[in-house]
Amino acid sequence: MSEALLEIEDYRGGFRTETGDFVPVLHGVSYRLKVGVMTAVVGESGSGKSLVALSVLGIQPPAFERTGGRILFRGTDLLGLDEKGLRAIRGAEISMVFQDARAALNPVFTVGRQLADVWQLHHGGGRKAAMGQAIEALRRVSIPEPERRARQYPHEFSGGMAQRAMIAMASLICQPALLILDEPTTGLDVTIQSDIMELIVELSRTRGLTTCLITHDLGVVAETCQEVVVMNAGRVVETGSAEAIFTTPRDLYTQRLLSASQLVEAA
Amino acid sequence: MPPLGKMILRRLLWVFPVAFGVVTMTFFMARVLNGDPTELYAPPEASDALRAEIRARLGLADPLPLQFVHYLWDLLRLDLGTSFTTGQSVASDLWDRLPATLELGLLGLSLGIVVGIPLGVLAAVHREHWPDFLVRGTTLSGMALPQFWVGLVLISVFFVDFGLLPGPVGRLPIGMALPPRVTGFLLVDTLLAGRPDLWWLALQQLILPAVTLGFSSAAPIARVTRSAMAEALQSDYVRTAIAMGHGRRAVWFRYSLRNALLPVITLIGGVAGHIFAGAVLLESIFAWPGLGQYALQAIERSDFAALQGFVIYASLLYVLAFLLVDLLYMLVDPRIRA
Repeated sequence: MSEALLEIEDYRGGFRTETGDFVPVLHGVSYRLKVGVMTAVVGESGSGKSLVALSVLGIQPPAFERTGGRILFRGTDLLGLDEKGLRAIRGAEISMVFQDARAALNPVFTVGRQLADVWQLHHGGGRKAAMGQAIEALRRVSIPEPERRARQYPHEFSGGMAQRAMIAMASLICQPALLILDEPTTGLDVTIQSDIMELIVELSRTRGLTTCLITHDLGVVAETCQEVVVMNAGRVVETGSAEAIFTTPRDLYTQRLLSASQLVEAA
Repeated sequence: MPPLGKMILRRLLWVFPVAFGVVTMTFFMARVLNGDPTELYAPPEASDALRAEIRARLGLADPLPLQFVHYLWDLLRLDLGTSFTTGQSVASDLWDRLPATLELGLLGLSLGIVVGIPLGVLAAVHREHWPDFLVRGTTLSGMALPQFWVGLVLISVFFVDFGLLPGPVGRLPIGMALPPRVTGFLLVDTLLAGRPDLWWLALQQLILPAVTLGFSSAAPIARVTRSAMAEALQSDYVRTAIAMGHGRRAVWFRYSLRNALLPVITLIGGVAGHIFAGAVLLESIFAWPGLGQYALQAIERSDFAALQGFVIYASLLYVLAFLLVDLLYMLVDPRIRA
């Protein structure tokens, strides 16, 4: 069994409502991300899969309250880190790609500037050199005319192009050990979805990244991931190799999820 | 960037039709509202012949379109007519009083911005904690309390009770002569005239009215900054900035504040228009010889030409303020340029 880069152990918590009631949403979530492996976390919206991922970086919504559990990254509990400790991890060790890339990029700075800022943050150097790195990264994710594109603003990018830029920022500019992708292709055209997934797979393979793909789309998972974690209603219901999950699902919910996705594909 | 230059040019050209609309409306509103200004000039016992003569001299006997052409022609020559209270041309009256209003307004507005924006940021980053409650409470009172009342309280505390600052007697203590006018701003002209003693006196006179203006303009600026900043802090792009490892300060000041400034700029445009169009009551309280006081006198004495001149000035000032707002918008928000 290969070594785990990230281990989530019995992570629990919930939201405090305005009336003061506590509504638990995570009921002891545990899973592991193995080094160099692409793991999918699947489940429908509301299953808590994104919430766990955001908690890894300490960017969960402020209303969320943890009631228990640990998130170990290389043996260190991330939940015990202060702001300074978390900052050393964010971007440099673990970085993240979000769902709506055009909203995830800042509208008032050029795409190149945003990438260059993150480069300078993690690798230092001058503005000009950083912009050179930004353009290189955009070229690497197959954005045509990267010099011109770097001078454009997010609203001038299509959804797919913006997601490529976001992936360039999170993987090539940050150069993390772990890349978390939270529904990276949701909302994009089907053909663009597969282009983006190809890019993600190619980047993780060539750079030896450990990757965690959060998605509700089982079709994507079957083609790309080695390991699968199935979540439902704040619990992990099944984990295993992609092959095992797709051929011999043990859990009832996993079976339902699989048949539902086939229905969607047939439609 | 050529498209930006073109947009700015296009926006500048728009000033002309808007200004034309403003002066047209002023003309017709004055004709509708003011009735017959002949009554203001003619003695009550005047004969019909005298009235007709006065009417002809005022140009009121001409058909309306011709009057309008005359009016436009006069405006183009900056001739706003003659005030019958001061006996001088309205244009030169306005010109004499403009620096007093501008100097006070600029100082008050700068205070409002310098205090309001940081307070708004402070409240937003400590949302629902005590700095937020403190800022919200203070700014609420800043908006609820009438400006003239704040001015009176400041006078009674700092002048009457403690004697720390001079009384409300205008731009300089009584009996002091103004330095020769270069910019019209006393804080500049006194230094140009080599009179640091006058500079100090002028500054002391400015403090209370400027603080009053600053207090009442900081309040809405802080509130709008707070809500815009709070929204930016919850945005996806700020979450990205944090996830990429940016520090708290960079997130606040580089990745949120600039986005939050857009509604603040709009608000400041409105506040500036308000201030420079003459804080009428405030100038009265502080005996400030500015445009607000001039307008108040014109209203009290039914000084038709003076009032119309003031209205044109104030409206054009709003046009200018919102021109600046739009230009700033183009600089801050790339989405507008598209």
